[in-house]
Amino acid sequence: MLKYIGKRLVQIFILLVVYVAVVFFLLHSMPGGIKAMLTTNPNLTPQARDSILHAFGLDQSLWVQFLTYLKNIFTLNLGVSFSFYPTPVWSIIAERLPRTIFLFATATLISFFIGFSSGKSLAWKRGKVSEYVATIIGVITYTVFTPLLIFVLIWFFGAYLGILPINQFLNPDLWVNTTFDAQTVFLYLLLTVSIVGAAILFSFIVAQKVSHRVKTKKIILYTSTAIASALSIFWWAISPYGIYGADIIWHMVLPVLSVAIISYAGTMLVMRDSMLETIKEDFITTARAKGLPDKVVRDKHAARTAMLPVITNFVLSMGFVVSGGLITESLFSWPGMGMTLLNATLAKDYPLASGALIFTGIFVLFAHLVVDIVYAFLDPRIRY
Amino acid sequence: MKSKENTKEVFESPLKIRMKLAWRAFKENWKIFSESKIGVLGLWIVITFAIAGFVVYPILASTVWKPTLSGMTSYDPVTGYDFTTMNNPTPPSWHHLLGTDPLGRDVLAQLLYSTPREFALGILAALITVFIGTVIGTVSAYYGGVVDTFFMRLADLVLLFPFIPFLIVLSGMIQIDLLRLALIIGLISGFGGITIVLRSQAMVVKVKPFIESAKVSGASNPYIIVNHIIPNVMPLSFLYMMFNVTGAIFSEAVLSFFGLLNIRMSWGLMIYTADTAGYIVGGNIGHYWWLWLPPGAAITLLCGAFYFIGRGLDEVVNPRLRRR
Repeated sequence: MLKYIGKRLVQIFILLVVYVAVVFFLLHSMPGGIKAMLTTNPNLTPQARDSILHAFGLDQSLWVQFLTYLKNIFTLNLGVSFSFYPTPVWSIIAERLPRTIFLFATATLISFFIGFSSGKSLAWKRGKVSEYVATIIGVITYTVFTPLLIFVLIWFFGAYLGILPINQFLNPDLWVNTTFDAQTVFLYLLLTVSIVGAAILFSFIVAQKVSHRVKTKKIILYTSTAIASALSIFWWAISPYGIYGADIIWHMVLPVLSVAIISYAGTMLVMRDSMLETIKEDFITTARAKGLPDKVVRDKHAARTAMLPVITNFVLSMGFVVSGGLITESLFSWPGMGMTLLNATLAKDYPLASGALIFTGIFVLFAHLVVDIVYAFLDPRIRY
Repeated sequence: MKSKENTKEVFESPLKIRMKLAWRAFKENWKIFSESKIGVLGLWIVITFAIAGFVVYPILASTVWKPTLSGMTSYDPVTGYDFTTMNNPTPPSWHHLLGTDPLGRDVLAQLLYSTPREFALGILAALITVFIGTVIGTVSAYYGGVVDTFFMRLADLVLLFPFIPFLIVLSGMIQIDLLRLALIIGLISGFGGITIVLRSQAMVVKVKPFIESAKVSGASNPYIIVNHIIPNVMPLSFLYMMFNVTGAIFSEAVLSFFGLLNIRMSWGLMIYTADTAGYIVGGNIGHYWWLWLPPGAAITLLCGAFYFIGRGLDEVVNPRLRRR
């Protein structure tokens, strides 16, 4: 297993270098690239122009520039942002990357579980009215123009029902008299969620080891999940951060819902198709002939096998979900990577924009690695 | 007399026979295609949009919406105005079937004016993608080795490439108009997933006996690729062209929605105009629905329609899925 992960890490590293190279050469060799941006001012004297070129290292050959750029990226030296001068780009990204990761992780997990289970039961109950309705809804949400979907969500929940906040990361009125900043509270939130997640994963593994009966496993899993969630809620309730954490979560509901809907339909449709293929296989007939309960055949025999194409599809649709997340972030003013990228581009903040682009790529590559490892766990045919 | 008829039949020109065969194949495929409801629905939506953009708009522009010398209203999609109304945007009325935008321009005219451009962009980008993808997919399947490995790793990278973020950063560097956008989208996605799919299809074709016999009869490698392999992967290329049209129109809509493109008018730009003028913010959103719903719905419908056609063609092209 470790060898497999190591191999994937090396591959991902090579892909990363190639990715940085593609971004660098496309952006630097463009006719309107950074060189033109810095030197097209007609008031510039030749000496000043030369010294600017020298200061930015643009008088060196492209290869030397590229190697310097690569070295700077791996030492996290991404330059200084123009629009947030003199904040270094890295500290802006370090502040905003966790928000994007949080948004994506939550939305992906939600959409994966709902899409997985709904696709599963839809294929099982072939030909019912519910199948047609769900398929039509799935296709509509799959092809809908993302901003339109978000406008409809904002209109329905924010304006028509008026129950959810429609933009921003937090409610400024609430935070006026606080002594701590939002980032601290947010990182505590992230920590809590990861602790609860780790607890659930741990109890799942323990449950697998302890017992072979489905019922006992479920009891262990559900009780430990409940205890972990209750403890964390209790901690938040007694801590001074409680209401502020709740405020951030409250502002997160609609963005998470949007990203979840964007990635839900793909999962559901692929799961349904792959499930339909699987239930025609011989081992399903065998399992039924053995007299196993319908539910067991569906969940343990069919769904387990049908899950693999869904994960492959997840990798393929990652680019789509990332661009959907960018739109979501900018429409909800959720200060994550996508909004940073867009605003930096609009403000001609070149270092921040390219830094955000590089880190979006790193984020995607990292997600790809995680999915690959999950896939290796799920597919026993992969030998490592 | 009788013998004359026979000879006539025997000496039918090869071109005619080919046409007949093609027509028969088309009829058979059409039968399979028309069985999938979703594909036919997509085809109807595309036809409706095409008629609206290519036929209805020119007719309307030269008759009802024709600018008059003393006119108080102009229906030009970019420089239009309406002096008869006090406040813009106005809700839908008989004069403006879908209302006017914040600058007093007719929404329906903008919608129809943009349609042919969306078609042109989507189809141009998809053609470039499919051309590159087909050539690279077949070449790397046929030659294998280093070429194959290189292009497949490149395709892996392009698949993971954050495409829209990249286009956004790029639009900050250079002026992107419709033609350039089509070229960029076509070029980048041409090296992506489509090459993997076409390569695997070409691998299947490559080991067929007729390729061997072509080799034995002395055909050169390029000749075999162009005349034997590419025609056999063509249906799959056509299928992927439909999905690429969806992708290209979607990308254009997103970029112009953020106001990053240098174009006169497009569906995304219509939403952008309304958004920057502050009509899609907060509580206004339901009140000024005609500013965002028609263009948004048009993008959704056209993207969806090409996707539906792709799904319908899937049944024709992928024999595995055929239930017979």
